[in-house]
Amino acid sequence: MVHEHAPRGAQGTAGEVVVRVSGVGKDFVLRHTRSLKEALVWLVRGRKGDLANHFHALDDVTFDIHHGETVALMGLNGSGKSTTLKLISGVMRPDRGSVGVRGRIAGLIEVGAGFHPDLPGRDNVYLNGAILGMTHEEIDARFDDILAFSEIGEFIDTEVKFYSSGMYLRLAFAVAVHTDPDVFLVDEILAVGDEPFQRKCIGRIKELVARGKTLVVVSHDLDLVQQICERGIVMESGRVVFDGPCREAVTFLRERNR
Amino acid sequence: MAATELTAPGQGRGLLDVLANRYLLRLIVRKEVQVRYRGSVLGILWSYIKPAVQFGVFYVAMGVFLGLNKGMENYAVYLFSGIIAMNFFNEAFGNAARSIVGNGNLIKKIYLPRELFPASSLWVAFIHFVPQVIVLLVACVFTGWVPNLWELGAVLAGFLIIGIFALGLGVVFATANVFFRDAENIVDLLVMVATWASPVLYVWTMVREAAPWLVNLYFLNPLTVAVELFHYGFWHPTVTSGGTWEIPPHLFSVWTPAALVISVAFLVLGDVVFRRFEGNFAQEL
Repeated sequence: MVHEHAPRGAQGTAGEVVVRVSGVGKDFVLRHTRSLKEALVWLVRGRKGDLANHFHALDDVTFDIHHGETVALMGLNGSGKSTTLKLISGVMRPDRGSVGVRGRIAGLIEVGAGFHPDLPGRDNVYLNGAILGMTHEEIDARFDDILAFSEIGEFIDTEVKFYSSGMYLRLAFAVAVHTDPDVFLVDEILAVGDEPFQRKCIGRIKELVARGKTLVVVSHDLDLVQQICERGIVMESGRVVFDGPCREAVTFLRERNR
Repeated sequence: MAATELTAPGQGRGLLDVLANRYLLRLIVRKEVQVRYRGSVLGILWSYIKPAVQFGVFYVAMGVFLGLNKGMENYAVYLFSGIIAMNFFNEAFGNAARSIVGNGNLIKKIYLPRELFPASSLWVAFIHFVPQVIVLLVACVFTGWVPNLWELGAVLAGFLIIGIFALGLGVVFATANVFFRDAENIVDLLVMVATWASPVLYVWTMVREAAPWLVNLYFLNPLTVAVELFHYGFWHPTVTSGGTWEIPPHLFSVWTPAALVISVAFLVLGDVVFRRFEGNFAQEL
């Protein structure tokens, strides 16, 4: 492994690798059938033909992310950005190659995924916090901050199904940014809420970066990404086609898809 | 940051993860219980009403119409102790088998130990089992139930057998269900068959009379053993004579240990199968 990317974050400690993706390939199966009958027929006929179509979502993807780095994964839809993020978070496993991580990884992969509409805001904060890997004590300690950040106020004891979509996202985002992982994975969630809240979210993320958190962002908002990230990885059809400073990556991507 | 090794993310340790995440398990269980009777006026009372009605129907149909009531003292207690055993199994098994697909949205997006979901189903089933036991105990006490330690031990053993067996089988079918939704229908079938494949509504000696060759196979079913342990613990102490019922030969020396071994084997099998395939859950759901 060549360590091409020394950490540029001011707080990065000694350039320790926190995420290592090496030679990773991932195939998706476009299954023709989901029924047992057809699978049995296929087995009985001596496994002739392919039960399913495969396609390469990722092919030989390799990069290291060091402690304190802020990395943007860029590319068009379907280029494999989100799949890469899912492999790093552990939701999926690679078919080829390996993914290694150090420390606690938390994904803001879809805020509010663990929310239950019939539970009040308060219960959802605890449930979602625990799903994101926080302990009971940690959630207790940060509850007031989460509540203040979300601006939910007195509605915290109302079931979230009665929330407006903005309130829902604010609360979910507040929980997510108050987890304290070593590596933050962020998938296209910066477009939450109204503009003041969005500014607040970006401010919070910058604050985390300033504290030396490692950040991996997937976003189509190239201007925003340039504000937050220092390094850009451009993906295309499941391969890494550019890896370098974020500004150059954005230029590369824009040139390429002109 | 500690200079630890790079580790592969998302490598579950199976059921050990459940023990390590007891707080999250508790929250998931609480959510399930809260959500179950949401917006209903009677709430948790339904946990009493449903088994009560079920009991009433079976009692009238089997006890009165088919006359099982006559050959047996306290047939109601006999019937109900079997019914709650099957209810516990059906709920734990059925919900565990559906738990992975049911929580697919979460599993697709965030990594968390996924065996928490079947485990929470077992826990929730237990929470609904308790009120039924209380109802049964009231009936037992009224019919003069004074159990000894051995009989209480039998109840505990039966309870453990059902819990372990339901979780093991549930995890196997939860895994299968991700890949083939047919599994859900098989689960429904098994649940339907289970009640009749064990001596819940009838007496096990009827099986011996009708098909003596079947008896050994019949008692290899852990649920049959668990139901008989419940009968022995709850019902047997309340009667002066068992009527057509008798303690199944070798119940304690052979069948109970065998049922425990089979149940644990299913749990190990479930854990192995689950861990083997859980890496593909996110893309299949």
